[in-house]
Amino acid sequence: MSPETADGPVIEVTDLRVAIGRREIVHGVSFALHRGQTLGLVGESGSGKSMTVLAATGLLDAPASRVTGSSVLRGAGTTQLVGASPRTLRAVHGNEIGFVFQDPSTSLNPLLTLGRQITEPLEVHRHLTRRAARSRALELLTAVGIPDPETRLDGYPHQLSGGQRQRVMIAVALACDPLMLVADEPTTALDVTTQAQIIELVRDLQERTGTAVVWISHDLGVIGQVADDVVVLREGAAVEQAPILDVVDRPRHPYTRELLAARPVLGHPGPAPADADTPVLLRAEELDVHFPVTTPTGRSTVHAVDHVSFAVRRGCTLGIVGESGSGKSTIANVLTGLVRASSGSVHLEDTDVLAARGSALRALRRRIAMVFQDPFSSLDPRVRVDGAIGEPLRVHRLAARHGGRDARVRELLDLVGLPEAFASRYPHELSGGQRQRVSIARALALDPEVVILDESTASLDVSIQAKVLDLLADLQRELGLTYLFIAHDLAVVQQMSHDVLVMQHGRTVEQRPAAALFEAPEADYTRRLLAAIPPARPRVAG
Amino acid sequence: MPAFLAHPVARFLARRVVYSAIVLLGVMVVTFSIVHLVPGDPVRIALGTRYTEEAYTALRAASGLDRPLPAQFVSYVGSALTGDLGVSFRTGQPVAVSLADRLPATASLAVVGLVIALVIALPLGIWAALHEGRVSDAVIRVGSQLGVSVPDFWLGILLITLFAATLGWLPSSGYTPFLEDPGGWLSHVLLPGLTVGLVAGAIMTRYIRAAVLEVVSMSYVRTARSKGLPPRIVTLRHILRNALVPVLTIAGIQLATILGGVIVVEVVFAWPGLGRLVYDAVAARDYPLIQGAVLLIAAMFLLVNLVVDVLYAAIDPRIRLS
Repeated sequence: MSPETADGPVIEVTDLRVAIGRREIVHGVSFALHRGQTLGLVGESGSGKSMTVLAATGLLDAPASRVTGSSVLRGAGTTQLVGASPRTLRAVHGNEIGFVFQDPSTSLNPLLTLGRQITEPLEVHRHLTRRAARSRALELLTAVGIPDPETRLDGYPHQLSGGQRQRVMIAVALACDPLMLVADEPTTALDVTTQAQIIELVRDLQERTGTAVVWISHDLGVIGQVADDVVVLREGAAVEQAPILDVVDRPRHPYTRELLAARPVLGHPGPAPADADTPVLLRAEELDVHFPVTTPTGRSTVHAVDHVSFAVRRGCTLGIVGESGSGKSTIANVLTGLVRASSGSVHLEDTDVLAARGSALRALRRRIAMVFQDPFSSLDPRVRVDGAIGEPLRVHRLAARHGGRDARVRELLDLVGLPEAFASRYPHELSGGQRQRVSIARALALDPEVVILDESTASLDVSIQAKVLDLLADLQRELGLTYLFIAHDLAVVQQMSHDVLVMQHGRTVEQRPAAALFEAPEADYTRRLLAAIPPARPRVAG
Repeated sequence: MPAFLAHPVARFLARRVVYSAIVLLGVMVVTFSIVHLVPGDPVRIALGTRYTEEAYTALRAASGLDRPLPAQFVSYVGSALTGDLGVSFRTGQPVAVSLADRLPATASLAVVGLVIALVIALPLGIWAALHEGRVSDAVIRVGSQLGVSVPDFWLGILLITLFAATLGWLPSSGYTPFLEDPGGWLSHVLLPGLTVGLVAGAIMTRYIRAAVLEVVSMSYVRTARSKGLPPRIVTLRHILRNALVPVLTIAGIQLATILGGVIVVEVVFAWPGLGRLVYDAVAARDYPLIQGAVLLIAAMFLLVNLVVDVLYAAIDPRIRLS
């Protein structure tokens, strides 16, 4: 970077507006970003965060969209990005501005080698030869911490984990030493520990290269770990814009306060401990699950759950926590009969869950319900809300009396805090949080005793997640429900659980009452998980 | 495990070849059963008016039909694998020879038709998808709908009227083997090839458009744009390559369909292809020839599928390496 531009902002955005058709989506957002600084853009899904940044960087290609205002990039020259020609923008993209997107599983081309994907911008912008680009790619892969980078250059995205793919994305984005890096929810699809590593990596690279970063997130907790300044966006308008410490310590807008309260931070008080004589409702002993898998080296078995035992007391919550691949969802699938256990036993009071057949199994299915993770794929898009909630009633021939089912559906909607009018809506007319409420209502339709919540709030915005967690806690108190709360986020688990089971690679790492576990974690792995949660205080607070 | 199967690609291919062989065996069971399932006695039918008691017994013994079924099947498979598909009831010619006579014409038509279809469908399908909702997209969609709806015999007659009768540029019918006269081969194959290719091209345009549309919305295409790559590279390297897997599937089906005989087009252009041979064989209840033709067409389908599978693996590392 040339010295005369070192002092001014790298990018200066003034009164940026985006309209799609006649509707204005982004209403006059302004911000400036200096070298080495990080700007956090925070807001819920649909608040216009991504659209603002994509419009400011000229990468927005929504049909019928119109961008006005100004966005000036000061690199080798001064470039107005709003209304710039495709040619001008191409010279900037990947060269002076690098991009990292949310979902690392879809943002890399599955058919090209990693090396090829990293060398592309180098060949286009730097006119490097293949050979030179390849050695630079090797450097980059090493810098982003990919093990065995030489081999990985010729590997493909599907051979990497989610966190590694995101590291590769970062390598792609930084290939040409850009002035500015746009990171659009780069850690939202990742485990907490992986998220912490990616945050570290970007900060580390930023320190070395002085790249300015725009970090987009729905989670003010993450923003606190990365940002110097924050813009809080709501419905396309900046409601608050200040240094991170001011935002955290002296939030002026009520919406900012709401986002702050919704952060999943440790120390939220959990539920009151249950009486010692509360009877056990669900008990698993020595549960063991193997899957046969075919790999290039032949058949092998994956030991998804390795002799895990646990007990859940009636009306209490057992939090099962672990990262992707820890086997926690497999346990849920065994309990609901989706996966067969290789050995071990599960009892719901005196009923053997794994041996139940026929009418005993049907009776059991009424007692154990499940809420899935993704509210978008777990509701049939062609079935209305009343159909979705009423289906279990129909299948089990309950409330079949004329009008009885409708009454029950209305009752359930009311229970999960949705207006009765929602009964006639289709899933696409609902937001993510509303859909998840419908899924909860569907799970409650049969008056179950045990509800398995498998990452049920993980794909929601933190502000929505907070509300759904409150709802779940209320329902537990009112209906005396017993929860199996499966999550990767320990902060959320602390808030919900009486007891906690920490899993890694299918094994039990630690299993104790929640209060004791969070007070003094015994296992290293538990401590690592705890350390990965963004703390309540922003990093700049020291 | 043999050493050559150590590589995942080799194992993938070996598995496909074994599957194909199993399917082919299944096809042989079906073709073998044809003779025994159809009403009437094939030997009687073969003899027709020449029927006498002695001729019947002699032909029955000669064609092995007096032996037990499993033995008949084994010898049928054995001779089929060595290229002996029996003798045509109608012409007395070995079935393998009849089929081999027709194969070059059919293969010519299929290859030329597919090439024409791809030349039409690839650019149009990609263009329509990249300009979704614009006028050019609408024009291409209407055009391809038209192409799908037009009956091929009518298209063939139209092309003959235009290029043969009116302009006199190309012969209206007939076939010249490539090895005898490449120029004559080309001039003869162009019109039927165009007829077959236009119809297949219209179908494929729609598939390619849909496949490209799906890929365009993928996140990695946005990544490619965010690198500042020229549109040509984004389209060819990132979009088209990913859209190619469904395109290959439909191209394979089209090719195999044409190979199996496009009877109407063959009739219109007096093309000596498999379709007409099969038609004549069915009309005359020439069972050995029907059996042989079904077996050949099935084998060609399997071969095309095998090639498509290999191409999948060549394109997609997820298939190749897992």
